[in-house]
Amino acid sequence: MTTQPVVELTGITVEFPPVTALAGVDFRLYPGEIHALMGENGAGKSTLIKALTGVYQTSSGTIAVDGTERRFTGPGDARAHGISTVYQEVNLCGNLTVAENIMLGAAEPRMLGGLHWPRMRRLAAQHLERMGLDIDPGSSLDSHSLAVQQLVAICRATVSDCKVLILDEPTSSLDADEVESLFAVMRRLRDSGVAILFVSHFLDQIYEVSDRMTVLRNGGLVGEWATAELAAGDLVKHMIGKSAQVLESVERGHDAARPGDGEPRLQAIGLGRKGSIQPYDLEVYPGEVVGLAGLLGSGRTELARLLTGADRSDSGTTLVEGTARKLHNPRAAMAHGIAYTSEDRKGEGIVDGLTVRENIVLAMQAERGWVRPLPRRQVDEIVAGYIDQLGIRPADPEALVRNLSGGNQQKVLLARWLATAPKLLVLDEPTRGIDVGAKAEIQKLVAELAAEGMSVVFISAELEEVLRLSHRIAVLRDRKVVATVGSEGTTTDHIVDLIARGDITEGDAA
Amino acid sequence: MRQALRHHLFWPVAALVALVAANTIAKPSFLAVTVTDGHLFGAPIDILRAAAPLLLIALGMTLVIATRGIDLSVGAVVAVSGAVALEYISASSDPGSPLTVLVAVGIALGLALVLGLWNGFLVTVLGIQPIIATLILMTAGRGVAMLITGGFITTVTSEPYKGLNSGFLLGIPTAVWIAVGLFVVVSVVVRRTALGMLLEATGINPAASRLAGVRSRTLTWTVYAACGLFAGLAGILVSADTMAADANNAGIFIELDAILAVVIGGTALSGGKFNLSGTFAGVLVIATLERTVTVLGISPHVTPLFMALVVVTVTLLQSPRVRERFAVAAIRRRPVSDGGRGAENGSAEDAAGAAGGAGEEAPEAEQAPVAGAEHASAPDDEKEVTR
Repeated sequence: MTTQPVVELTGITVEFPPVTALAGVDFRLYPGEIHALMGENGAGKSTLIKALTGVYQTSSGTIAVDGTERRFTGPGDARAHGISTVYQEVNLCGNLTVAENIMLGAAEPRMLGGLHWPRMRRLAAQHLERMGLDIDPGSSLDSHSLAVQQLVAICRATVSDCKVLILDEPTSSLDADEVESLFAVMRRLRDSGVAILFVSHFLDQIYEVSDRMTVLRNGGLVGEWATAELAAGDLVKHMIGKSAQVLESVERGHDAARPGDGEPRLQAIGLGRKGSIQPYDLEVYPGEVVGLAGLLGSGRTELARLLTGADRSDSGTTLVEGTARKLHNPRAAMAHGIAYTSEDRKGEGIVDGLTVRENIVLAMQAERGWVRPLPRRQVDEIVAGYIDQLGIRPADPEALVRNLSGGNQQKVLLARWLATAPKLLVLDEPTRGIDVGAKAEIQKLVAELAAEGMSVVFISAELEEVLRLSHRIAVLRDRKVVATVGSEGTTTDHIVDLIARGDITEGDAA
Repeated sequence: MRQALRHHLFWPVAALVALVAANTIAKPSFLAVTVTDGHLFGAPIDILRAAAPLLLIALGMTLVIATRGIDLSVGAVVAVSGAVALEYISASSDPGSPLTVLVAVGIALGLALVLGLWNGFLVTVLGIQPIIATLILMTAGRGVAMLITGGFITTVTSEPYKGLNSGFLLGIPTAVWIAVGLFVVVSVVVRRTALGMLLEATGINPAASRLAGVRSRTLTWTVYAACGLFAGLAGILVSADTMAADANNAGIFIELDAILAVVIGGTALSGGKFNLSGTFAGVLVIATLERTVTVLGISPHVTPLFMALVVVTVTLLQSPRVRERFAVAAIRRRPVSDGGRGAENGSAEDAAGAAGGAGEEAPEAEQAPVAGAEHASAPDDEKEVTR
């Protein structure tokens, strides 16, 4: 790499007093490479990207593009200088056509003060072809899958002269085939000389597609490596700053105490809701972790929502410790010691404008009602306790939850529910989109809670995680529970098999 | 300085001080308060007395806005409540008896409460958008008031009723006691209990609040009921002032003044974080402004324009962008290394206030630069200073 870097950041520091988000980080990006930016949540990846694109002002350090020092005023300015960003969520207009989404605001062809529609469609078609995307530019963006929309977003980003393409977690909502087509596009762009900055939580994807990587930890630079020269284990070590022992200890804790038979803590009999999930039976024993496995949209979340009163069931009964109970709303479920954390952390979990303290005590206080406020001293003790126990960072009860990283927001949510001392904890995708370290901590916590006698229903898209943590696994397909298996002696392949052949054996599974 | 500028009360209070200064220049005796027969008299007392109904309504409005709602019907409730009370008194055999007045007030407040419950029902049970739900009563309420008065402006003589507004207690007008008293009580209740936090949680994220077991529906309903009740009380103060039940003009446009007071006070129309002290300051700004028009002898033709100019100025100054500019300018003048730290959290919060939600709804790409400036200006400024 003797060529000049297209982007060179030197000694970049970004501060949100009193927090230093980035401290003197150096970063180089060369033309024609795919460069992975690695780090846990809160390590400073997003901050680095935002500093580069001018969203955040740097307090020191220089940004050079093609050897010229620059300071962008915002993403638009950065884009005008050939640096485009595509975010995790698709920021396009679903109600417009593909062609409009690609061309508008970038390089739309004009005619007589209006738009030259035929030419616009033709140009868009050319750009799509360049990306290897075979879709009708005149079709509405909404009619395409999320993956195609993501590719359209990238197409839009590269319409005007694009030297640097920043992809912030583009793969988190894509399936394997879609990821492959995205990678094909990325490689094509790289070979044409574009520098790509790639952020992803999936290590195997990083190893598949990236050429070099830069690792950040706690706002500082750990180092820069060629991907081929750094083993995955070492990468994880660099990212979490300690060896992967945490992960191993979770596995060892497994099956230490297989729950006895006794009476189930919660038993659902024929519980169902039309159009949401077919009637199912499920029981959870004290100290047991029941995993739910299935593809996205298989009814995992719907099952959990009926179980916890988040949605109202229209058939079946729920027995709590042997007694039939009507769990028509979350409050009713809470009264019986059932807690539910939604998969939609931002939309249904945290209250982002409130502080860590307020978020943690919210459920507890809601249970008591507004008339009986928790004494401030008790609140402070509880909050300090959970910040300490779960390692919430920053360890400031008055920090706004909106300013916390995803993993820490998840910990705040866990603290909210643990504070209500539930008997059954239903966790819907508690580890999605959070980093390795936080993930391991949450898994460990779940194992510990179960060992102490709490019942847990654990939902995750990652089968390995479900298999490792659960005593029993309910497998779902097409909004239906197709099988329940013990985790001992079961492999992920076996579960994949169950998910896959669910429709063939529908007759005997039911 | 930076900290003061970032405080949510800074601009409303500054506007108030400026208005008072302008008045004092035009009329040096403006701030003078005299004691006659043990009662306080003077422009400040008049302003407070005139502000009493608006204060009550803005109080309810702040709580409703905190839940992401709005109540447009308060003006109509003012008219209904005043009409009912005065019609009852005028129809009774003994208009001057305290008992008659007590019953009249009871009926009026009861009806106002029912109207508030109706709004709450439409919003929480039927799920109608607050602006539409309360628009119904805003129009229908005046009709109800017309029905009650039979289309006439009923004038009544009842000393005890009149005393509710213009009477004195310990030298201060009764209306001020009622409005300020209730305002203080509610403020204390909201912050001393968990009501404030639960209302804010409901306003910021209703779905998350529901899953956390917050009785969002009950809370929201309660707040609309309270808003109706406070508007009813305001209606009694208004009608006790004029002693005439005017279905068309009583409390006309007061809902707009109340919303304005809330916004000037730094509570965002998009719901969530609210501050009642800001609303109090906002009400005083509006009431003083109305008085200023008379004191400065501004022609009635240009009065609305003058008021609009002042309001635009204050609202602009409350907006996050302008506040940030001022804060930056202030720190450049005075080298303070980290004066803003303490205020950081609070002000980022309040900053959303006067934006009226417009900024909050914006797509991320649009909003990002603003948010960035909010945070990142601090280190930037420090660098300026050290050079």
